[in-house]
Amino acid sequence: MTTAVHTAPDYLLRLGDDALVAAQRLCWWATRAPQLEEDVALANIALDLLGQARALLGHAGRVEGRGRDEDTLAFLRDDRAFTNVQLVELADTDFADAVTRLLFFGVYQDLLYRRLTASTDPVLAAIAVKSAKETAYHVDHAAAWTVRLGDGTEESHRRMRRATRDLWPYTHELFVSDEVFARAATDGTGVDPAGLRAPWRERITTVLTEATLPVPEDGWAPGGGRHGLHTEAFGPLVLEMQGLHRAHPGARW
Amino acid sequence: MAQLADNDIPAPEPPGHDALVQEIEAAQRGAAQRPGRPEAAPPAPPAPHDEEELQARFDAVIAADQKIEPRDWMPDAYRATLLRQLAQHANSEIVGMQPEANWISRAPTLKRKAILLAKVQDEAGHGLYLYAAAETLGVDRSQFLDDLDAGRQKYLSFINYPTLTWADTGALAWLTDGAAIVNQVPLCRSSYGPYARAMVRVCKEESFHHRQGFDALWALTHGTDAQRAMAQDAIDRWWYPALAMFGPPTRDSVHTEASMRWRIKRFTNDELRQRFVDICVPQAEALGVRLPDPDLRWNEERGHYDFTEPDYDELRRVIKGDGPAGRQRVAHRRRAHQAGAWVREASAAHAAKRRARAAADTAETGADIGVDIGVDTEESAA
Repeated sequence: MTTAVHTAPDYLLRLGDDALVAAQRLCWWATRAPQLEEDVALANIALDLLGQARALLGHAGRVEGRGRDEDTLAFLRDDRAFTNVQLVELADTDFADAVTRLLFFGVYQDLLYRRLTASTDPVLAAIAVKSAKETAYHVDHAAAWTVRLGDGTEESHRRMRRATRDLWPYTHELFVSDEVFARAATDGTGVDPAGLRAPWRERITTVLTEATLPVPEDGWAPGGGRHGLHTEAFGPLVLEMQGLHRAHPGARW
Repeated sequence: MAQLADNDIPAPEPPGHDALVQEIEAAQRGAAQRPGRPEAAPPAPPAPHDEEELQARFDAVIAADQKIEPRDWMPDAYRATLLRQLAQHANSEIVGMQPEANWISRAPTLKRKAILLAKVQDEAGHGLYLYAAAETLGVDRSQFLDDLDAGRQKYLSFINYPTLTWADTGALAWLTDGAAIVNQVPLCRSSYGPYARAMVRVCKEESFHHRQGFDALWALTHGTDAQRAMAQDAIDRWWYPALAMFGPPTRDSVHTEASMRWRIKRFTNDELRQRFVDICVPQAEALGVRLPDPDLRWNEERGHYDFTEPDYDELRRVIKGDGPAGRQRVAHRRRAHQAGAWVREASAAHAAKRRARAAADTAETGADIGVDIGVDTEESAA
């Protein structure tokens, strides 16, 4: 007999914040996609990410046991308390950036969730089973666009080249380990992301190569998101997301 | 995903909602294709000389309340009327995403955010169904979009008003989706098969949105004073734009007569507007909001509510693009379309490259086969 295993809330918050902030950014594309089918597809992906965020934050709140639910965690924490990676918070207004980020982040999430299906925390394992099906589609979608745009016109190639180069530095943070990740890996509830780097790189290289895009050089590796150090783009995102909720303390919606 | 209880206030079913849903389901049964007349049947080439006979056959199908299918002969004016209506409807779905998308990033709970995002996604999906129906009439959707971006295409007037508070998303879903359903439920029985079938799908989703709008408003009217005031303010601003959605009064409507004769449309604008008012009054009472019309009262004799008609001069101005958010809506559409041009070009270029590569591969394989079985290849090519 095993006793119920709970994942550490700070581990769950990292995963939940990644999904929430990625969803919030993707929502910007609703009504702005290059074609109607893509409006539907991007909204679909944003809905998946939002669903993952709700499940993960809800679970974090319950495990933590301080009475915080998904909304308390999303709307009443200050910027510095969010532990998402910086990659998901950067603003994108060029479809090339949106596609590239979806590819980089999607492959990371896909590798992560597949491993988390074996989590010793049954709730997290169940969330991972559902989420892995979703991220498999996200990756297919992003990879198809990457190839289409990388191997499309001269302009689309140039834009994808710039986007992959600009976002590449922010991918390093996805794989940085620390004591929170190490603990979760040790007790079997979570995964140490350092182990995802090699398979991530392999899958990304395959897609970029098919897209006739070079794999960017490693170098600058910004970070800090896991400890609440964010980019300047993050403050306005949080302000916009939380403003209405905070303007009506205690209200129910 | 439990733990939603804190922010979840169960709203009752809006009064009268059931009846509309049942009507959609009844229409769905009626919109099924006639046996033996599949949409993809090979076209029976009409002999050019028996136009009269074709017209007679068309009239008989309409009179029997059956469906016209894409391969059937139809009068040019019937086709033109359908296209005009489909284009306006598709455009309304697409431009109509904007007033609601305006609040996705600021939704007050994650559940409301998901509901709103799913609604905007559904509207994009409706645009796609309707384009598909229009394409059965031989018009490419890029034509519609070009016309829309050039300001040549109309869409529903309410979209040209701004969404100023969160409550506007609820009022929009309750009132304008409610009005849309009343307008569209009879279209599920439209004489044109692909249109009728598209409308069944659209109406089912719209009725879900209407229900969610009622639910969102119910949470507000059962919330704080500020939330109740927000809800009332939104109803005050959206009531007349919703009433105006039924178009000009029948006496001024240039299209009503032909559309009714062809059973593209089944009720006049005025009949539908009255029906909408009759549905809304008990729902407003259930919500605890006031409809902003001092002359709204039950008329025993007519068996309907008397109400003040919308300002039709304002409607005309707003349809022409002079609503408070009119220019903004079209500019947003045009900007998004232009910003996506390089993506669409790249897609086309990539598809062409793939085709060229596939053709090159086939040619290569074909050449190899040709060496072996040259005669057969030549024969099959002939």
